[in-house]
Amino acid sequence: MKFQHCTLSNGLTLIAETNPAVYSVAAGFFVRTGSRDETNEVSGVSHFLEHMAFKGDEKFTADDINRVFDEIGAKYNASTSEEVTMYYAAVLPEYLEHAMELLSSLMQPSLRTEDFDMEKNVILEEISMYEDQPSFTCYDHIMATHFSGHPLGQSILGTNESITALSASQMQSYHRSHYHTGNITLAIAGNCQFEDVVALAEKYCKGIPMGTPSRMLPTVQPKPVTKLVVREASNQEHIMQMGPGPDSRDNLRFAAELLSVVVGDDSGSRLFWELVDPGHAESADLSYSEYDGAGAWMSYLSCSPEHVVENLARFQKVFNDINANGITADELEQARNKVASRIVLRGERPMGRLSSLGGNWMYRSEYRSISDDLKAVRAVTLDEIRDVVRLYPLSMTTTVGVGPLTELAAS
Amino acid sequence: MSQTINSFRLPNGLLVLVEPMPDVQSAAMTLLTPAGGVRDAAKKCGTAAILTEMFPRGASGLSAKELCAAMDNLGLQRGVHVGSAHITFSAATTADRLCDALPHIAGMIMAPHLADDDFEPARDLVEQSLMSMEDEPRQRLGKVLREYSYAAPWGSSSEGELADLPQITADDVRQHFSKYVSPNEAILGVAGNIDPAQIREVIESVFGDWKPLPIHDIETGELPKSPYHIEHDSAQTHIGLAWNTVPYKDERYYEAWAAVSLLSGGMSSRLFTEVREKRGLCYAISASLSTLQNEGRVFAYAGTTPERAQETLDVTVAEILRLSEGITDDELQRCKARAKSSLIMQQESTTSRASSLARDMYHLDRVVSLNEINERINALTTSQVRDFVVEHTPKSMVLVTLGPQSLDPGCVTSL
Repeated sequence: MKFQHCTLSNGLTLIAETNPAVYSVAAGFFVRTGSRDETNEVSGVSHFLEHMAFKGDEKFTADDINRVFDEIGAKYNASTSEEVTMYYAAVLPEYLEHAMELLSSLMQPSLRTEDFDMEKNVILEEISMYEDQPSFTCYDHIMATHFSGHPLGQSILGTNESITALSASQMQSYHRSHYHTGNITLAIAGNCQFEDVVALAEKYCKGIPMGTPSRMLPTVQPKPVTKLVVREASNQEHIMQMGPGPDSRDNLRFAAELLSVVVGDDSGSRLFWELVDPGHAESADLSYSEYDGAGAWMSYLSCSPEHVVENLARFQKVFNDINANGITADELEQARNKVASRIVLRGERPMGRLSSLGGNWMYRSEYRSISDDLKAVRAVTLDEIRDVVRLYPLSMTTTVGVGPLTELAAS
Repeated sequence: MSQTINSFRLPNGLLVLVEPMPDVQSAAMTLLTPAGGVRDAAKKCGTAAILTEMFPRGASGLSAKELCAAMDNLGLQRGVHVGSAHITFSAATTADRLCDALPHIAGMIMAPHLADDDFEPARDLVEQSLMSMEDEPRQRLGKVLREYSYAAPWGSSSEGELADLPQITADDVRQHFSKYVSPNEAILGVAGNIDPAQIREVIESVFGDWKPLPIHDIETGELPKSPYHIEHDSAQTHIGLAWNTVPYKDERYYEAWAAVSLLSGGMSSRLFTEVREKRGLCYAISASLSTLQNEGRVFAYAGTTPERAQETLDVTVAEILRLSEGITDDELQRCKARAKSSLIMQQESTTSRASSLARDMYHLDRVVSLNEINERINALTTSQVRDFVVEHTPKSMVLVTLGPQSLDPGCVTSL
């Protein structure tokens, strides 16, 4: 694998990791915009815009885009998070030019009003679809609660009200201010030649306007809050808790990742043995999320409502033990082995490499090879784990429940 | 696409397929054991699911924690899943470590402890997962749609039935294990950057002592009659449709595959274009092939808010039927292009190759090479697919809906 990068004439950054040993090539535009870059008036616009990108530009109609992507057998889609909107396609090497041309057209869509009005229905349906998924509802509420007053608390999908009220011209204006070369990185991973990719990018991306990034990175100041979204007819209760963790530029992030594996991986972790193995809870895990200028621990519990209080006490017991005593050398080694294997397996396919490539560049302007990541994981020491725990103890400020419970007190 | 597939059978009947993949760094395995949910006794639906939960809870003298640590330290990503026909063990890690991992996997399959103390927790987890499924409308719909599409036990939930769980005992689970977890109908697929001779030696050594068991027939029951509506206080109405098609082993399977791809094979396919893109009726809409050894179905799904559910149902069914009015060369060409790229990209994934090896063997008694699939798909003509679609236009459809209000099933009952 070989990494190369350059800046195109319009200021667009192109990064590429070429690998002649794979059968496909993946290309993706990583746009540094998401729900955190929205105001309440346009809540949900980043995600809605991601849908509208597929509705075509001056050259391609919406039908053309879906048709041509299918003609070249592309695996393609897009996603929107709090911080990044990503558009990608994985294709056989001979179709890379077609894929680049189509993907580039997604950056400069026409945003026609009639398409906007029709797609609005699809977005409203998507909001309803997620409402029917309790764990997603719980996620949406915990983000809004934990990051209340902070941009990361903005909902990705928006609400029925914000989407209904959104106009095409508001979207156009949002697009103008966020889709420029200061906010966009083009990443390529897989079987291709760097010179060819540079030529294709110059040919198809020149229409992307120049611009400079602007994102506010206020500090997060969560207040202790417990919120219950009551759904009387549900069988299970879903509880998420969040507390502050290291941010995406913090060197402790690898240690934080390993700690979350020791404490809350979905099998073989402290929480697993304490709650899942004995059958107390269907799920009990802890994950670590890194954001631009912020970070968070997030725990998840799914169990029958009558066992929530005792199960939350079990979580607390595990967290207290970690905060007081840390972890053992054996646990650290087991977590290193798990994570190292995941890095290798995920990195085997161009699509897996693409997200790592784009993510590292977006957050840290750095390239990290698979062996860089493996080395970083191997190098994490018990001292660093202790540092993480000291600076970011497993202490949750925010609790959200979705299910039949109306209170979390012991009965 | 150059592939070499080595196959051999152990004296105890275990069938093994090995595909070396020199360009990758990992290795993966899939082992199908003929102990899935269809083997659950009457009124004890969930026995296989509980057994599945119990496999990792200690084996071959290692406690659950010791077994888990040993496999984690080998970087083994793994899972045990219950399906209708099989309980499936899958695992993947870096290629150099699979040989060291196989003894642990074999231990778990051949000598799980199945201790009394582990039974209650395992049953509790199966119960909770069923409870969660009841809360997730789309999953619940999928479970019921299957029940209405395949006669029991093939349509029964392999995850279990809440009402049956209290009747199941630890002895039932142990009996299920000793009656059905058998090498003589089991299939092991291995793919990755491995030396076939070396892996064969390890497999022969770790699975050699697995004792074969008698083979049992499966009796099928009655199929319940749809349309069926489940009252549920959900934000969307969830619509499930099913109709007959041919199974994987059928000569005309690739035509059936093309027919479903035309409906739902990509974002330019008929259902996505007509129901979502042109009318904005839903976010999620799809159709996919499901296959047993001797029967096949197409399952279709759409989720939409109640006020648009009737139109969504009517338009979806109309689109499915309209397929027999004609298909174009261009749309078939797109299906072929998507298939070709999927086949080539499969060579980047040891996990998907390992499971394809095992799946092919179960359904066809041989492995189909990627080249052969590619040739079969390339050879499809528009008129051939059209003929198939006309001959297999649904003469009846299963309709199951879940949501606040039932729908007028006229478009389905009038077929």
